Amino acid sequence: MSQIEKGQVMTANRLRDGIAVFLTRSGEWSEKIDEAALVQEPQATAALESRAAADVKATLVTGQYLIDAERIESKVRATLIRERIRTLGPSVRPDLGKQAEGTAGAFAAVEG
Amino acid sequence: MYRYDEFDHQFVSERTAQFRDQANRRMAGVITEDEFRPLRLMNGLYLQLHAYMLRVAIPYGTLSGKQMRQLAYIADKYDRGYGHFTTRQNIQYNWIKLEESADILQDLADVEMHAIQTSGNCIRNVTTDHWAGAAADELLDPRPIGELIRQWSSLHPEFSFLPRKFKFAITGAPHDRAAVKVHDIGLRAHKNDKGETGWEVMVGGGQGRTPMVAVTVRDFLPEKDVIPYLEAIMRVYNLYGRRDNKYKARIKILVHELGAEKFKAEVEAEYARNPAQTTEVEQRELARIEKYFAKPALEKLSRFAPHFEEAKRANPDFARWAKNNLAAHQHDGYTIVNISLKPEGGIPGDASGEQMRVMATLGERYSQDELRVSHAQNIVLPHVKLDDVFAVWQALKAADLAAANYGLVGDIIACPGLDYCALATARSIPIAQALSRKFADVARQEHYGPVKLNISGCINACGHHHVGHIGILGLDKKGEEFYQITLGGSSSEKASIGTILGPGFAAHEVPDAIETILETYVKLREPGEEFLAAYRRVGPKPFKEALYATA
Amino acid sequence: MPLLKNNEFVSDDWAFLPDDAALPESGKVVVSLTRLVKDWDQLVEFTGLLGLSLANSERTDELEAYLPQLTLVVLTFPAFTDGRAYSQARELRLQGYRGELRAQGNLLPDQFQYLNQVGFDSFVVDERFSLVDWQGASKQMSLAYQRGLYRTAGEREVWSQRHQGFAAWEEQPHAG
Repeated sequence: MSQIEKGQVMTANRLRDGIAVFLTRSGEWSEKIDEAALVQEPQATAALESRAAADVKATLVTGQYLIDAERIESKVRATLIRERIRTLGPSVRPDLGKQAEGTAGAFAAVEG
Repeated sequence: MYRYDEFDHQFVSERTAQFRDQANRRMAGVITEDEFRPLRLMNGLYLQLHAYMLRVAIPYGTLSGKQMRQLAYIADKYDRGYGHFTTRQNIQYNWIKLEESADILQDLADVEMHAIQTSGNCIRNVTTDHWAGAAADELLDPRPIGELIRQWSSLHPEFSFLPRKFKFAITGAPHDRAAVKVHDIGLRAHKNDKGETGWEVMVGGGQGRTPMVAVTVRDFLPEKDVIPYLEAIMRVYNLYGRRDNKYKARIKILVHELGAEKFKAEVEAEYARNPAQTTEVEQRELARIEKYFAKPALEKLSRFAPHFEEAKRANPDFARWAKNNLAAHQHDGYTIVNISLKPEGGIPGDASGEQMRVMATLGERYSQDELRVSHAQNIVLPHVKLDDVFAVWQALKAADLAAANYGLVGDIIACPGLDYCALATARSIPIAQALSRKFADVARQEHYGPVKLNISGCINACGHHHVGHIGILGLDKKGEEFYQITLGGSSSEKASIGTILGPGFAAHEVPDAIETILETYVKLREPGEEFLAAYRRVGPKPFKEALYATA
Repeated sequence: MPLLKNNEFVSDDWAFLPDDAALPESGKVVVSLTRLVKDWDQLVEFTGLLGLSLANSERTDELEAYLPQLTLVVLTFPAFTDGRAYSQARELRLQGYRGELRAQGNLLPDQFQYLNQVGFDSFVVDERFSLVDWQGASKQMSLAYQRGLYRTAGEREVWSQRHQGFAAWEEQPHAG
């Protein structure tokens, strides 16, 4: 059995081009959800929130919010279909978006 | 077609510069996102799931070959090689960068286009009958008054921060193809005994969370009074429309809460309060605009087109397409060509840059350099010689644009849904694709006759599900997409809101459910009775029984 | 907060009089609509200058009798997206009000031309925007399609330009 680690990930859109990005442990914004910091503790969540707020102020990103997610064998899966689509690209155009650019999450919008 | 004069050019170019400045101030951090959002929305720029989205206005759905070609250029240069034609006769691009958005507006301005007021709580792009100026049943072309309203509503200082968005639709024909009764304001042309034009003014229609059919506040508003009367309606709405709850902020709620009579009294009082305004300038302006919409110089032709008839005899595929996709033109020997953007398994309303160029060329060569976008997300060539239709069809076929399902069950309206849209609660496009595959056989679609099947991916109803003969609404139930089915909606002159049939369905169950509904109709229809007429005769009961009997 | 008038920051010599405060002998006082209606007999005798502060939920269509006595009307924008006061301003101007019309609350330079066009001529503005921001914003658009609005020297009405020689909707000279 693989270990499933549940928690939250900070996401936003990059201001200049609108691309969906995720906050990493080193405080960078990555297009790949797999590189996101997945946090559980209130203190860690607060750290993500304050980093995101600072980067909003610094005009790096906009529209930041936390999403529920889980990490399974170093891959991060967002809980909501909406967020999974954001980590992939449109499900009806597999030739476009992160799924076509090698920056996709590992989980389809709908499993099974 | 309307052409910009020096004033229109200068206006759009100043507006583009203003937006460039706003975008730059946003990127420099001078204004916040909360401040920028309403400003960018008023220029059609949204932030969606994957990137920014730009919605470009195609006023009253009319464009030239050159303009269509520019839309293709923008798709290729700034987007991912395609665009999505919308239910409000606009086009939107899904992969836009904020830092390039002002450049796009400049490229649009070069061909007399813009993205002004395609979003935001202001007066949106005016829509009309997509067969305007061509339809056989037309009383008059609704586009001149549409252009007058476009100009008047552009950057209107009083009405740019309304309680909510505000949509106009106009028809000049008795058969309403512009859905005027489900818009905030709908206008319908009438002629009186003296041959003068007047406009029936309908207010408070709309879809969304609380769908309503508009009420008529004036049966016959003299044309010269249109602008001051619209100002009175807008002022009443701006002052008294609710702002405490965005779901109750549309004018339909104000009309509903005040009651039609009280609302009408407020408007008439407001209209009467203004000093008697001379509208000579407005009338002159309308007359100036009308010249641009003069009937094209069409050839005098016989009603019988031998080449067309022969091509149909020789080519059954062409004959089938011609039967479904052509509509009666006012002028003998001509026809209206409806290009379905609903190929089997395709994304409703999407067209590639290459397809746009093909359509642009066809418009230039065969349709008086005119194309239309319909609210059903199709493209129209309004003035095609019958004897040219076969050549048009061959070119369309080569570009995968010859779906023969216009007006049939495969001609599905669908919003972008959760594949693109930040507001959506479920996906709509995969449902449309599954349905179009299930009913791919056009003979089968013909067997069902005219059916409007509309899909929205959330309660905001951009996919017009409330007024689909069959409507599908995608919702979210505890993290799962599920779909509610409504029957009996219509956006025609006999508008009605669909009735929810019962519990919703999982995505994979929807195609079978729709098939059950259609087969139920086939069993109970009287000879020649269309789906909507049959539903109105029998009501939801037989359909409910068929759908939920075994559940 | 700075008061902007004629594209300059100026000092504000008006004072708001709370409903329960006594009316001074003279000066420039602004009262609420409640006070205006209740104490009208007294206020009409006031030797100073009288202003009215109106909430954006209060109706402007029954003020005609009071307007000739007023030198200032203050309208409020609780949020820059709440546009009711644009229509209130137009109604007041259409009813013939010629005094100072002041906008206060949440205002952005991007709205400055709209505010001017509906008849506002003074503005209580946020310190985060400089005078240069406002001056720049006052001339971004030199053209507008609508008629019957207030225009500064640099602004033109498209329809009136296209069809010259016809009557304007009304004369609307700016106050002050």
